[in-house]
Amino acid sequence: MIEGALWRKWVFFYLPMALFLIFLLFPFYWMVITSVRPDGELYRPWNSVNYNPFWTWKPTLDHFRYLFEETLFAAWLWNTMFIALASTAISLVCGVFAGYALSRLNFPFAGSLGTGIFITYLVPQTLLFIPLAEIIRNYRLGDTPWSLILTYPTFLIPFCTWLMMGYFKAVPKELEECARIDGASRWQAMLYIVIPVAIPGILSAGIFAFTLSWNEFIYALVFLSSPEQKTVPVGVTSELIRGDVFFWGPLMAGALLGSIPVAIAYSFFVEHYVAGLTGSVKG
Amino acid sequence: MGQVVLKGINKFYDTVHAVKDVNLQIRDKEFVVFVGPSGCGKTTTMRMIAGLEAISSGDISIDGNVVNDLAPMDRDIAMVFQNYALYPHMSVYDNMAFGLKMRKFEKAEIEKRVKEAADILGIGDLLKRKPRQLSGGQRQRVALGRAIVRHPRVFLFDEPLSNLDAKLRVQMRVELKKLHLRLGTTAIYVTHDQVEAMTLGDRVVVMKDGWVQQVGEPLELYNTPANKFVAGFIGSPAMNFANVTLTETNGAVVAENKGLRIKLPDEIAQRVRAHSSRDVTLGIRPEDVTVAGPSDSPDLTFDAAVEVLEQLGSEIILDTRVGDGMMVASVEPTTKVKLHDTLRLAMRPSRLHVFDQKTEAAI
Repeated sequence: MIEGALWRKWVFFYLPMALFLIFLLFPFYWMVITSVRPDGELYRPWNSVNYNPFWTWKPTLDHFRYLFEETLFAAWLWNTMFIALASTAISLVCGVFAGYALSRLNFPFAGSLGTGIFITYLVPQTLLFIPLAEIIRNYRLGDTPWSLILTYPTFLIPFCTWLMMGYFKAVPKELEECARIDGASRWQAMLYIVIPVAIPGILSAGIFAFTLSWNEFIYALVFLSSPEQKTVPVGVTSELIRGDVFFWGPLMAGALLGSIPVAIAYSFFVEHYVAGLTGSVKG
Repeated sequence: MGQVVLKGINKFYDTVHAVKDVNLQIRDKEFVVFVGPSGCGKTTTMRMIAGLEAISSGDISIDGNVVNDLAPMDRDIAMVFQNYALYPHMSVYDNMAFGLKMRKFEKAEIEKRVKEAADILGIGDLLKRKPRQLSGGQRQRVALGRAIVRHPRVFLFDEPLSNLDAKLRVQMRVELKKLHLRLGTTAIYVTHDQVEAMTLGDRVVVMKDGWVQQVGEPLELYNTPANKFVAGFIGSPAMNFANVTLTETNGAVVAENKGLRIKLPDEIAQRVRAHSSRDVTLGIRPEDVTVAGPSDSPDLTFDAAVEVLEQLGSEIILDTRVGDGMMVASVEPTTKVKLHDTLRLAMRPSRLHVFDQKTEAAI
């Protein structure tokens, strides 16, 4: 930032920044505070005495206990984790190879193929789930984790392919050429040189794919029906909202626990993932 | 051994004819430099030798075996790239060992060769570092080391010095020369810098627009350029050219334009007489233009107005106006000369070059 009066810095930098932060973090705060608030406080009318929506003096873990004892939340967590990891792994493998091929190999129609893959990504899931439901039914995959593990890649692979294509283009071609002169086959050059160099890109593609499948709602809602097969987003909303009754405490506790793995994944890889998005390869 | 033969090599990119009918025999242990302006096809030619580009037509053979269809790894060559192309995720040691590991050398042998190469290049204490922790010159050495551990039949250098600063470039140039004398491996070197070409090459190949213009030893190119392009490309400051008309008076051939009137020396006059065209280009290098003294024949002198004066210490470069054209002269540092002076300059008769104005070929 250019040197200037201190108030300028406060008015044009810190203040907007603070407002922005509050705006972004408030829902998260609301979620946390609701999940530890006793039911008595949660369902009290707004004009009652001592009404304080932003704070509680009697925090409780009852909602978490309810979540694990009275619902199948542990199973939902496990399902979500398994499905997200499996579909991310499939999509990453396909995306890395497809991205490499589209950015490095000269074959006819490589450009239009890349565009084609991108277009499939633009088809909205809310349309695509109808034909996919038919396929899932024909292969008798309904109500199994595989119905999601095999359908999530329909939007994850195009996404990973495009991210990796961009990243591979940023890896100097000479690295690979040098490896091939050094005695590596094309396959070995990719394995030992290009992929290790592209690790930041692969990590960021992986984190994004993991988050997308972790949060996915519509396919999970349509393809899974029995409570013990559900994922966190579907389980929490379908089991903790009964008719027009919202179990706010467990609902928010479930949402909080559901967002923690993603938050951990992001904070753990944040450096790689920034490097991956800015596409920097340090020579 | 490392003998490379190019026979009728052509390269087409779609409609662009990038390399045109290149024929060349590179002897074992020879250091051959390809030089030319960018886009002249020199790098493409090298990449075809390396196997990184397919050959459109012609044959490349190494030690008598045609390698047209061999993968780069099977040609037993090593290449140093302009941007070094060091593997960023590997240490210096692993960078240098990579080629040997790929070729399944034993661990002890790999270690011996890497140590040996590191000693030659003076990078023994950098082996554990990552490329990003190295300076430009050090990276350059590692790239060289990675090539020499392999003991290949041929080294290929693709403008290896152009990413270095001027001082380091001169230093590495000398080291490259020493390295070649020590290892004796055939080397093919691509550059756009004529000084590198002149100093490093046993022979120099000058290219332009995909054509080989001339192949020869550095001094051969300097003294007897085959055409106007080679004459202008080799040597710094570049050769002066003046378009002149030839006339025959009293048995002597006189080259004339506005500002110049030079009587050609007998030897050159004889060659020119046999030539059909009367419109030619006269070429003279700045170092062959001197301040005229009393002993200089008036047939070879002319008036020049100094427009720019560059004092280099070891010499003075004068940009002068002669008639309609410019003439650059490199004169003794002791010469008494000021801006806007008009001097009488002289040409060394034996150093005159004559080119056909149309074909630009030397006469």
